[in-house]
Amino acid sequence: MTDALSVLALNHYLLLSAVLFVIGFIGFLTRRNLIIMFLCTELMFQAAAIAMIAFGAHHGNVQGQVFLIFILTIAAAEAALALALVVMLYRRRPTLDAEKWSELKG
Amino acid sequence: MTSALSAHLALHASPTLASAAEAVRLGVPVEWIPFAPLLAAVLCGILALRPGDARARYAGAICVAGLGLAFLTSVAVAVSIGHGTAQETIFEWIRFDRLRADFAFFLDPLTSIMLLVVTGIGTLVAVYASEYMRGDRGYARFFAFVSLFITAMTTLVLADNLILMYLGWEGVGLCSYLLIGFYYEKPAAVAAAKKAFIVNRVGDLGFALGICLAYVQFGSVEFAVIFEQVEALRASGAEISTAIQAIPFLLMLGAFGKSAQLPLYVWLPDAMEGPTPVSALIHAATMVTAGVYLIARTLPLFLLSEYALPTVAWVGCLTAVFSATIGMAQYDIKRIFAYSTVSQLGYMFMGLGVLSSVGATFHLFTHAFFKAALFLGCGAVMHGFAGQLDLRRLSGLGRVPGWQIVTGSMLVACLALAGFPLTSGFFSKDMILAEAFVTPGPGYRAIGWIGLLTAGMTAYYTFRVFFRVFLGPVQYHPGEEHHGHDDAHHFHPHAPGPAINFVLIVLGIGAIFAGWVGVGGAHHGWFGSMIHHSTAAYEAPAGAAHGGFFSNPHQWMMLASSIVGLVGIGVAAYLHLLNRPMAERLRRAILPVAVLAEHKWCVDEGYDLLIRRPLRFIGHVCYALGDTLIINGLVALGGAVPRLIGAAVRPMQNGRLQGYGLGMAGGLATIIIIVWVML
Repeated sequence: MTDALSVLALNHYLLLSAVLFVIGFIGFLTRRNLIIMFLCTELMFQAAAIAMIAFGAHHGNVQGQVFLIFILTIAAAEAALALALVVMLYRRRPTLDAEKWSELKG
Repeated sequence: MTSALSAHLALHASPTLASAAEAVRLGVPVEWIPFAPLLAAVLCGILALRPGDARARYAGAICVAGLGLAFLTSVAVAVSIGHGTAQETIFEWIRFDRLRADFAFFLDPLTSIMLLVVTGIGTLVAVYASEYMRGDRGYARFFAFVSLFITAMTTLVLADNLILMYLGWEGVGLCSYLLIGFYYEKPAAVAAAKKAFIVNRVGDLGFALGICLAYVQFGSVEFAVIFEQVEALRASGAEISTAIQAIPFLLMLGAFGKSAQLPLYVWLPDAMEGPTPVSALIHAATMVTAGVYLIARTLPLFLLSEYALPTVAWVGCLTAVFSATIGMAQYDIKRIFAYSTVSQLGYMFMGLGVLSSVGATFHLFTHAFFKAALFLGCGAVMHGFAGQLDLRRLSGLGRVPGWQIVTGSMLVACLALAGFPLTSGFFSKDMILAEAFVTPGPGYRAIGWIGLLTAGMTAYYTFRVFFRVFLGPVQYHPGEEHHGHDDAHHFHPHAPGPAINFVLIVLGIGAIFAGWVGVGGAHHGWFGSMIHHSTAAYEAPAGAAHGGFFSNPHQWMMLASSIVGLVGIGVAAYLHLLNRPMAERLRRAILPVAVLAEHKWCVDEGYDLLIRRPLRFIGHVCYALGDTLIINGLVALGGAVPRLIGAAVRPMQNGRLQGYGLGMAGGLATIIIIVWVML
């Protein structure tokens, strides 16, 4: 535990994480293409993962890395699922515009 | 009990179970009597579950076997009981506080006689029905119900407490309902079944209240305990409270409902919609006598009120004469015998009321034979002539080939019902009528005369049927129910087969000779000695009545009732055999009366006007106010609230994914800010 991440280095990582998250969030809110929106959620996902692994390094334990491995596994499964959904939607109606899929609105 | 009347009714009480009756240990499995038919009912019920199952044809044999076993056990029980009593607990049933109502049997000679009648007639009817019901879709269902009925009826008879008796009482009511409505596709049958059930509810309410009151007053529902207290109460000579005096009146109401007495008799004639074996078994021979049995069993209670037995006697007497007048004017032979059943049950109540419990139970016993024979004979006619029951459309059946046995047994049964000398009905009816002249009581002499008049009317309407249907020129029109092999132009009445003929012969023999068990000795032979050793063993004090011929009603009544019966038969012979047009002329001469009697004195219409319509009106009012306004209103309110909330929040679901995302982020941010501020 000698080479733990210093607070200054940790702040850099957290800043990176925050920037990534905000970029993903803004992308999610502004883009209407389903695939792009999906990529943006992935971006937010990875931002959280970076923060977690940075904290793990700062506190000098491996829990952050363990979390990261689980997150990556689930993200892979979830990516397959989400892309499959997008494909199914596209087969039903050839558009990727999120605005066009609003049958369930009140 | 201080009035002059109760001084008369301060009766000499024969030994009851509370005191001297000898307790017998039964070596016979008495529980087979209800449980063998129950097993048969279950087996037949299983066969009835799958319609079209070919094995359903065994249902008749199963039922006959179950009932036959019950009958044999009953014979063994009767032999084993002799003149003693026995008590047998099968299992503990209800134990609550002081209330003890076990599934326990109380047996005395009265019980064994009832058991013999119920299981004996039941077995014969099952044999008959195994031929009569053949080819019916509900063959197995029918025998399941009949077996269940015998279970319930024997439970009623055997019960050692009022609650178990009530269980059997309701059981027979249920079976009666199921069997009246056996042809459930026929609206008339369904209506009749409902009518029987609902009218019986009125009586059963009385019975139930009577049980409650008896429990409150005596602290027990067991006959032995109640009778002991009753004896003590009577012996002490203390004033008897009104509450205790009300018990017999409540029980009476139940008896009048089940045994079709005024004013609750209206269900029985309609009950003829059921299959004819059911009419014979349930609505003539056994179930309808449950009321008579109830009063005979609880007779000690009826001696506690000076008005109870006179009420029973008068109700019985009025029912007897009233339903006889209707019976004289009907054309449907089954209905004629239904009114005759009501009338004969009236005689039984008359007998109980004038303290001739021997006469009443004896009439129950003989009536079971000849009335079952009459109904089963009607059934044979109905079966052979495609449902024809109108006596104007049937004539001279006695000379149609194959119908001799039916004719013979009908003749014998008619003679017994008409009280022809030396037949069974003659002895039992005389016993009741004579006792009316012996027992002192309010208007008991008038009851005797009315009973005698009714005997003449009975003879008339009975032989009206016989002379019309079985004698005279051969002429018949088939009814509506066509069998497969008949067509309208070439109708061949199919004569009854061996099973039906066998049963009719047995019942015919019973109709003649059943009376002899009650003849001889000082106390009406074997039958009298049986009843004298039961809990119904009360009789009026033997006073000066036993003197010369004209001062002893028991002697001159034989002559008087013979003459009345023969006059009735003679009038019927003249009007319905020798000079049939005369009957029509006579009817026209008294047209308004005749039409009224044919319409059953419009009693049903009166009940409709006085009871049904007001009730229906109240129902409509309750429906309009309670249901439509209040209940429906509440339900509508319950639906309106969430609908309004939904309308308010629905626009938030605008279908834009980004909007939802922003909302989610905003919500999350709000939570974070709140947490931040609070920390």
